[in-house]
Amino acid sequence: MNEPKRPESNLENGERRSFLVASAALAGSAVAPGVMLYGIAQAKPAEEAVTNKVRWGMLVDTNKCATGCTDCVTACNTENGLSGKTGPQDSQWIRKVDIKNLQTGAQHTLPMMCQHCEHPPCVDVCPTGASFKRADGIVLVDRHICIGCRYCMMACPYKARSFVHEPLTDQNPEVPRGKGCVESCTFCVQRVDRDQSPACVEACDKAGHKAMVFGDLNNPESDVAKAVKAYATTEVRGDLRLNTGVRYQGI
Amino acid sequence: MANNVCLGRECGKNTGFWMLLALGGLVMLGTLSAFFYLEHHGHIMTGMNNQIVWGLPHVFAVFLIVAASGVLNVASIGSVFGKKLYKARAPLSGLLALAMLAGGLAVLVLDLGRPDRLIVAMTHYNFKSIFAWNMIFYNGFFAIVGLYLITLMDHKLKPWSKPVGLLAFLWRLALTTATGSIFGFLVARAGYNSALYAPMFIIYSFAYGLAAFLVVQSVMYKWNNIAMDERIVARMKNLLAVFVAAGLYFTVVLHLTNMYFAKQWEFERFLLAGDNIYTTLFWLGQVFIGGIVPLLMLFSPNAAKSPAIVFLAALLVLVGGHAQMYVTIVGGQAFPLDLFPGYAQTSSFFDGEVHSYSPSIWELMLGLGGIATAFLITTVAVRVLKFLPQDDFKEIELEAKEG
Amino acid sequence: MARLSSWLRLAALIGAAAVLAAPSFQAAAGADKPKLEHGKGDKCVEDTDFMRRNHMELLKHHRDETVHQGIRTTKYSLKQCVACHASEKTGSVAATKEDFCAACHSYAGVKLDCWDCHATKPMAKQPGQADAQAEVKASPLMPNPQNGGAKQ
Repeated sequence: MNEPKRPESNLENGERRSFLVASAALAGSAVAPGVMLYGIAQAKPAEEAVTNKVRWGMLVDTNKCATGCTDCVTACNTENGLSGKTGPQDSQWIRKVDIKNLQTGAQHTLPMMCQHCEHPPCVDVCPTGASFKRADGIVLVDRHICIGCRYCMMACPYKARSFVHEPLTDQNPEVPRGKGCVESCTFCVQRVDRDQSPACVEACDKAGHKAMVFGDLNNPESDVAKAVKAYATTEVRGDLRLNTGVRYQGI
Repeated sequence: MANNVCLGRECGKNTGFWMLLALGGLVMLGTLSAFFYLEHHGHIMTGMNNQIVWGLPHVFAVFLIVAASGVLNVASIGSVFGKKLYKARAPLSGLLALAMLAGGLAVLVLDLGRPDRLIVAMTHYNFKSIFAWNMIFYNGFFAIVGLYLITLMDHKLKPWSKPVGLLAFLWRLALTTATGSIFGFLVARAGYNSALYAPMFIIYSFAYGLAAFLVVQSVMYKWNNIAMDERIVARMKNLLAVFVAAGLYFTVVLHLTNMYFAKQWEFERFLLAGDNIYTTLFWLGQVFIGGIVPLLMLFSPNAAKSPAIVFLAALLVLVGGHAQMYVTIVGGQAFPLDLFPGYAQTSSFFDGEVHSYSPSIWELMLGLGGIATAFLITTVAVRVLKFLPQDDFKEIELEAKEG
Repeated sequence: MARLSSWLRLAALIGAAAVLAAPSFQAAAGADKPKLEHGKGDKCVEDTDFMRRNHMELLKHHRDETVHQGIRTTKYSLKQCVACHASEKTGSVAATKEDFCAACHSYAGVKLDCWDCHATKPMAKQPGQADAQAEVKASPLMPNPQNGGAKQ
């Protein structure tokens, strides 16, 4: 499932594309021309499968991350339809972690979420294959085949996953989620697929911190690739050699 | 009262059998209502949460699964290693293995977030997952042990009982290896992540399985008004003592290893000397009640002549086994993941703090359903088929002399 | 999922039987047959008969492509179904027994668990989310004339 598959029929493909372009153009001219132009110019065509030429990744600069600021968390909750409650049974896809070095007393604050590992333990342990890694490196749960055994939550080194403990209603149409399945940060895959950055990154930029950079690690021209090349960055639990897609700077 | 209960068909009509069924059925009724309640409301009604994801149901389930593979050992010693005393107990051993595995699996399935998708679990396999392998081993176990029981009970197929018994023995070793590895393969958690889990679970299974067998056997003898022969008591109690001691040995090695690694000190301090339920359960439950006390009882001068002492010791091993599972499963999760070694950590998601777990009545009812399932299957089976061990003492004595 | 799809197949059979029994579904609505609200636009992405029998296969195929490969065409997407078929009254496809999906599925007695996770209403208009809004706004425009043209 990890390998990208080309759509079977080229003919149909062409059909779909022309249909899509037509309808998109129509929608664009009718609704919000400027915004749609951006989408058409950069996003991959909707009928095209994601490939491993891209690897989505993120760099978090903990020096820029502000103590007490939770804009990224709020944005995530809004985008993905989470309640924002923080009880032991509530879902948290991203959280702010405050850390203090026990020897030196140095303090940092940083956002923690699914690290989108190249070798994700959650994918290894999932009995049905519901936990999977997309070709472009985004680790997801296929809720259609998740049986809710929670073994992935046992295996995740980052405590990135949550289990939906109660029935949900009024979900975001773009982010289906429901009782009895495990879920976690998706890098806002619905946004990434139309070439937007994740909601947390957008919120961080908006707040003026610009502590999170998102992009294609495989593209040497991308901001994130340039940044990880220029600065010393670390993986959380780097000892596990999972090659995380999220890296941190300043810790 | 117990003396009035008779568990063979030859005993004719009696109310004792139906009372046992009613008792088991009542517990099952509670379990099923808990299941439907949780299915409707979700796991929010349990004490399990995003920190302690596996709780009381898993304690009961994993215990039953481990004990199920261990209880088959009695049959293996008879069929594979040719000991007459154990061979007479092979059918009961096989039956208990199936019943207990069914009970354990029932709990696991009823606790799933999406139990309605059981078919998905049976049709989608990720072969890198040790959990998926466990499902294959469980299903195979039913088939192989079922076949083994048939070879034992059908005279024409009797010659096959040895090779099928051997297969069952190897299969159960693989099964328990896989069950232990569910925890052993958890690379990130301080409490797990050790190859020791596989052999340790096998040794635990030997002890829990034999203890369960001895308890059931004692009850059956009692209800059938048969006195337990001293020679049987003497041999089986010694075996149980060896298994319990070996279990303690593995426990010691696991914690000694951890105590040698500086990065594991915090976890060991938490588990062995913490101010929490897990420390209490470890020392009082797993080590004392489940280990030292049964050992003292089994090696006491009177034990060889007293089935009651052996029965009680076996019962304590079972209690200690549940304590061990609670410490292993819940205790291992309660200790926080160390995302940033050398740092103190706090967050809204309970990073850096010991996670709390207070089970609700619903998950207790789910868990007890596993025992009830095993109990019901066993009760019905011993009623309709001959599972009471039939000993030929001349042969057993001869075997004992040969050593 | 296998079980679900076999149920759906059964549903399709029942549906097909119903179609044979009553050539015009809507005309026969006098009995206890479901009255289906007409979706937006002229016609669906495929013939009604075809959709009645095969919508579950189309959806399942599309769901796997979308989730695992990021293929986000709208033609056979559940989101698109909801966008066109949400009831005028309730704004949903499954809020009441008269709504599009619920009507037929309760008639055929086929339980479906789509709505455990998926929204039964189209995307709400949120002023802050310009792009998302554009996508959604596109949906009601999409299904019919253009699509018919593309098909031929």
